[in-house]
Parts: sequence; structure tokens; C-alpha cells
Amino acid sequence: MKLVFDHPKSLKDTPSHFCPGCHHGLIQRLVAEAIDHYELQDTCIGVASVGCSVFMYNYFDVDVVEAPHGRAPAVATGVKRVHPDKIVFSIQGDGDLAAIGTAEIIHTANRGENITIIFVNNTTYGMTGGQMAPTTLLGQVTTTSPYGRDFQQDGYPIRMAEMLATLEGSAYVARVAVDKPANLMKAKKSIREAFRMQKEGMGFSFVEVLSSCPTDWKMSPGDACKRVEEEMIPYFPLGVYKEREIADHL
Amino acid sequence: MKRKLVKGNEAVAMGAMDAGCKYYFGYPITPQNEIPEYLSQELPKIGGVFLQAESEIAAINMVLGAGASGVRAMTSSSSPGISLKQEGISYMAGSEVPGVIVNISRSSPGLGGISASQGDYWQAVKGGGHGDYHVIVLAPDSVQELYALTARAFDYADIYRNPVMVLGDAVLGQMKEPLLRELPPPMELPPKDWALTGRKGGRPQNVIKSLYLDDGELEKHIWKLVEKYERVKKETVLYETKEIEDADLILVAFGTAARICKTSQKMARDLGLRVGLIRPISLYPFPEEVLRSTSETTKKYLVVELNAGQMLEDVRLAVGPGAEVSFHGRPCGAGSLPKPNEILEKIKSVYGSFPKPTDMERGNSHETRV
Repeated sequence: MKLVFDHPKSLKDTPSHFCPGCHHGLIQRLVAEAIDHYELQDTCIGVASVGCSVFMYNYFDVDVVEAPHGRAPAVATGVKRVHPDKIVFSIQGDGDLAAIGTAEIIHTANRGENITIIFVNNTTYGMTGGQMAPTTLLGQVTTTSPYGRDFQQDGYPIRMAEMLATLEGSAYVARVAVDKPANLMKAKKSIREAFRMQKEGMGFSFVEVLSSCPTDWKMSPGDACKRVEEEMIPYFPLGVYKEREIADHL
Repeated sequence: MKRKLVKGNEAVAMGAMDAGCKYYFGYPITPQNEIPEYLSQELPKIGGVFLQAESEIAAINMVLGAGASGVRAMTSSSSPGISLKQEGISYMAGSEVPGVIVNISRSSPGLGGISASQGDYWQAVKGGGHGDYHVIVLAPDSVQELYALTARAFDYADIYRNPVMVLGDAVLGQMKEPLLRELPPPMELPPKDWALTGRKGGRPQNVIKSLYLDDGELEKHIWKLVEKYERVKKETVLYETKEIEDADLILVAFGTAARICKTSQKMARDLGLRVGLIRPISLYPFPEEVLRSTSETTKKYLVVELNAGQMLEDVRLAVGPGAEVSFHGRPCGAGSLPKPNEILEKIKSVYGSFPKPTDMERGNSHETRV
């Protein structure tokens, strides 16, 4: 008999702390599958960011260093400069990456730092209890935008993939979703592609994954998936925004 | 080996390179720019990494990443930039990542000025960032010491798995003195089996972190750090003394202030005053014992600092009961470095056999009795 489905080797077989219906677990699995696909577990170094993603070391069975809020790309830069032959990655949320860590992500991408960032965009600060994030949609009610996000007061939801795709240092920039099987398969392909880019020394690779947060959205997991499709994808279009074919240094 | 005339900031860079530091991450700020400038030229030649970061914050976090990866890494800055680095320094202390931070300090608060100051003493020795931790702080007073102590800082960082700060100032960084490029004696260093290397050969994962959420876990971690600081206090206290055995009065000063005090101390001896000097070289751990033991026979101390009175508090805590601790401070800006004569006058006024100064003469000094 042929084994067609198994637990990824680089992911520990341990219960997760993620809320029911949260997409973070799916995203972690896709990352682990990419690591396994290229047999990177023993050459991989993770950087744990701050937020729901911080417990990375409890799930991924790889070396991990914890970064301060927003600084994962800077910490990853330090690691990668010491270990250019290792695969360095981080999973960052939207508060971490698009607010407090905006400078770090932009300059890391612009340096063409040969690392992979998986960006989990769920339009809210998940771990701190559902406050307004830079990606919070207009009109969205959060604990700190109780009247709904208003562009005159709070500005607009920020599109990170589009912004990073404009930078010369970016090798691969994509936005994907995991709300339904077809999207999930595309997401798997993109995440794998991001790791391949790093493996081949192409430069900075970045995959934004639209994610649900049923707890903070106060929705059932099913309704949360519907919201990803109906509200998020129209504002944050899916697709590959940058795909380098030959490394700049070649 | 020949002595060469070298600028203080360049001596820092040379000390780091000679100690095997091949990774520098920094951001420009006066008066320490010769450090990154020198390293940007020299590190690529030896296969090292010089990276000019987008901010002080990014730079210290790159040091965190590199230090966690098992190499000797450093950053340098000056006062306002060091404030920005405090977040990363706290994380390094919390997750026990070695690294060296050089502060060629300048006048503050705020943007302050670019002249020498010792106003960062509290920030350096009392923690600086959030939480219960300490950074080992070394305070050179010459170009030779900038070189030697920067090199030594890497040993301490590796031995104790802790960030180490070299606290200089604008005068030390910008002046030139003869330098003998000779390393201090080597120390025994522990293996870095905790470092991030990828799970070589499938060894169990290495995790470097400062988050501890389970009951009692964080407290246990902090007590472990405290035990380490106790070891640091036993093993790394550094100071210099001059003629303290028969002293009626001992000057206490570090860094640039100590250089000026050395002249004043000689001038006082020439006048027949029995004046000695203690120069703390390690500011954390603070040389408490020499202050306590001398205070059994010496009853007067004069603390001189280029600030409004910071180390003064640690001297007061260290000396025994009955010792009188006076202070002369010049919170520096341009043109406010004290001259040896100015300190000599202060020595005379607190020494005893000279008349007490009037309020006018006292100027910006104040006296304190313990």
C-alpha cells in the first residue's frame, strides 16, 4: 500500500494552542511540508516573531531564535549573514510585520536578504485580543476601532505584497489564501516556491497568506472562511506579484 | 611590536577584529563613525560582514541573530542610538545571547550635543531596557584600553552568555594616542553548543528565547540569571588605584573624568595633600570591595563625573559608615570639560585643612554626607 498522507516530519506531533477554525495551523503545516519537500529540516533556522506565531519552536522541530516584536527580519538577517548556507525563515503576523516592523521588513526585502518570510494577514492583532491592525478593513469593528475602521481617523488597510513587490531586492512575492481547497493548493505551491527561491539564492521571498481569526472576528469557522473570500480577497487580491527568474548576482 | 598613533574609535574596531569579531551591524551617529567606517573597509577583506542597518533597532537585532548563531558580533553607537538599542539588549540578556555594544557616549538628554558626557552611566549599569537583568559594563580611559577592553568584552560575552557594553565617550573616541596592538591574555571559553546551526546530524533542536509563560518558569529563569551576575561580580571586577594606602581623600572617577583626575591627584600630592584615586574600570560589576575596604582608613571621597551625579550613588552605597562622599560634576556640553585645577580646588575645599568654599565657589558642585 502506498502512503499518501502523513504528518510532516519537521512539525512536532503536539497539540497546538491555536483557536478552533484559525488558519495559522494550516499555514504552519504548509511551511513544514515545503521544508520536508526540500529536505531542509536539519539546515533550517526559524525566527519566532511576536504574536500567535511566537510558539513556533513548540511546533517546528528546527533550531529557532525568538525576535522582539517586528524585528524578526532583522534577527533573520543576522542569522543568515552568519549562515548563508542555511535556510532561514520567519512567520510574522500583520501587527508584527506591517506596523511595528515596517522598517525591518522593507529594508530586509530591499537588501535582497536571501530569507523567506511567511506573512499571516488576518486583519487583526490576534494574540492581544483583536485590536485594529494596519490591515484591518475599512468599517471593520475591532476592540480599538469600536465604530469601525474609518480612513479619516485610521488611514487605509495596507497592502504589503504589492508594496514589497516594487522593491528590487524582492525575488518572489505572492499573496495566497487557505479558505478553500483550491486556494490551499495554490498556497502550498507558493510557499514551496518561496523556499525554492531561497535555496537557489535568488533573494528575498515573501508569501502573504490571508488568514481567518474566528475568535477575534466573533464568527464561526465557516463564516470566517466566507469573510476571507467575500471581504478580504477583493481588497487583497491573490496572485504572484514578483517572480525573479535569474538571481541578480548571476 | 611597534606602537602606532591611533584614534580611539579605530582602536575599538581593531580590538574587535583582533578578538575575532567578523560581524558588525550599525547605524551612523557622531561621535563614533570611525568605528563603522574602519570596519566597512577592513571586514570584507577577511570574509567578515559589515552591514549598515536601517536603524539602531535593526542593528542590535542583527547582532542578536548573529550572536545566537554562535559568532562574535557587535554594534556601536552613541547615547541616543544606545537608547534605541535597549529593546534588543534586554532580549539578548533575557535569552542569554552574547554580543558587544560600544557606546561612545555624547551629551544628553534628547539630542543633547556631540561632546563628551558620562550621562549614560545609569542606563548602562542599571539595566537600560525592561526587566531584571544586567549588562557587563567596561569603561576605558585611554586608546590602549579602548582596544584591550573591546577585545576582552567579547571574552566576557562568550563566558557569561551576556551582552557586554564598552562605555567610552566623545573625548576617548576622537583622540589619538599610541597603541600597542597586543591582545590581553586569552581566557578559557565554553563551547557554544547552544547556538543556532541547524539541527546538524539530527541533534535535538536549539531554542533561544526569553518568553516563559508556565507557572514559576520565568522566576526560575531570572534566579538563574542572578546567579550568573553573582559569578560576574566575583570574577570580572576591574579597577585601577593610585596612592590609596595613606590617603586622607580618595578621588573616584571613571573614563575621561578619571584621566583629568589623575593630573589633579598628582598636583594635590605635590602640594603635600595625601590624595589617592580609585578608577572603576568595570562599572558593572562595580568595584565595591576596594571602596569599602579603603573606607576603614580613608574618611573622605570625592566623586568626579561628567554628569550631575550618577556613579556617586554607587560610591555612597559601597563605602562604609562614617565616610564622607563629596561630588564634583560637570554635566557636559560643549566647553564644559573640567580642568585639573578646577578639581584641585574642589579637593582642597573638601580635604579639611583648607577653608570651606563659599556658596559662590561651590558652583555646580554639591556635598553629601553618608
